[in-house]
Amino acid sequence: MAAGKEPSASEYIVHHLTNNAAGEGFWSFHVDSLVVSVILGAAVFGMMYAVARKVSAGVPGPAQNFVEMLVELVDSQVKVVFHGQNDLIAPLALTIFVWVFTMNAMDILPVDVLPWILSWFGVHYFKSVPTTDPNVTFAMSLSVFCLMIYYNFKVKGAGGFAHEAMGAPFGMKLAPVNLLFRIIEDIAKPLSLALRLFGNMYAGEMVFILIALLPFYVQWMLGAPWAIFHILIITLQAYIFMMLTIVYLSMAHESH
Amino acid sequence: MNINATLLGQAITFAILVWFTMRFVWPPIMKAMQDRARRIADGLAAAEQGQQKFNQAEKEYEARVNEGRQQAAGIVAQAHKQGVEMIEAAKDAARDEGNRMIEAAKHEIGREREQAREQLKQQVAVLALAGAEQILMREVDRKAHSDLLAKISGGL
Repeated sequence: MAAGKEPSASEYIVHHLTNNAAGEGFWSFHVDSLVVSVILGAAVFGMMYAVARKVSAGVPGPAQNFVEMLVELVDSQVKVVFHGQNDLIAPLALTIFVWVFTMNAMDILPVDVLPWILSWFGVHYFKSVPTTDPNVTFAMSLSVFCLMIYYNFKVKGAGGFAHEAMGAPFGMKLAPVNLLFRIIEDIAKPLSLALRLFGNMYAGEMVFILIALLPFYVQWMLGAPWAIFHILIITLQAYIFMMLTIVYLSMAHESH
Repeated sequence: MNINATLLGQAITFAILVWFTMRFVWPPIMKAMQDRARRIADGLAAAEQGQQKFNQAEKEYEARVNEGRQQAAGIVAQAHKQGVEMIEAAKDAARDEGNRMIEAAKHEIGREREQAREQLKQQVAVLALAGAEQILMREVDRKAHSDLLAKISGGL
């Protein structure tokens, strides 16, 4: 965009789907994903902290009401799925829901707004939706995966976990098959979590980019319905990520 | 798909956000919501209790009013009876008094008639004696003729 001449369609698409990276090889960072996700996290959790600091049991104000609605939503879901005593799962689920939702919501910004503004400051690549970066989604899903492993060991003990991994679903006689199944199953969990969110957001962003290539007078015909539909996807994906996290962690707590 | 160190940075950010939520956001909001739920439950219980007290008071009030009504009716009936009795008693007393007065008057009349007759007897005796004196033209010895005089007055 900053090159001065009009880019071709494929150049435009590739440009929009390229992260602003710093560094080489594995030890490189996607600056855009990190900056946007940290800013969003700081803003939204700072707001929730501001509400939590002067929270009152009396009549709640609009901000407190809204935050309480979120907390209540998450808490009721956790209570339905998870029947143990764990102080981490509910706040974890809330964090996931709120953070993923706000990161997804960056998709609603017109695709060119942030890259255009930043191009004035000499930043030429900027992907404004962090959840279209698999690093972001895998970071969360692998964290959840680590917690799953941790709670499996903590709740069932090493022996209990091994017994469950080898004994289910076909009984001890088929222990190798069971173990193989269990490994596939457990690896599939973080993979599906991360790829589902990434895929949905990436595809959504891609459609917005394609719509942005159309002449400006027809863009609204496709852009408006897709944006409205995308509001649903944004919320739904955040909700699914949260729900599956709760389900996976509660499965880690319960024996088969 | 370009996996790199961004993943680590994001995981750290994620961990910090989760810790922050768990430490500063979730507990106070949850506590406030639970406090409010308890307050509402207390309020509802108090309302229930108040309703019960009100019902009880209403029952008591009705019972007292009924009792009062019965008492009042009893008092009125008793007063009525007493009034009738008093009227009867007064009537009886008046009748007795009247009879007694009639009796006394009759008695007085009888006594006065007797007195008058006595006086008349005496006067007749005196007149008879005077008449006899006139006839005999002499002093009649009253003492000598007292038997005669008593006989005359006894014959009247």
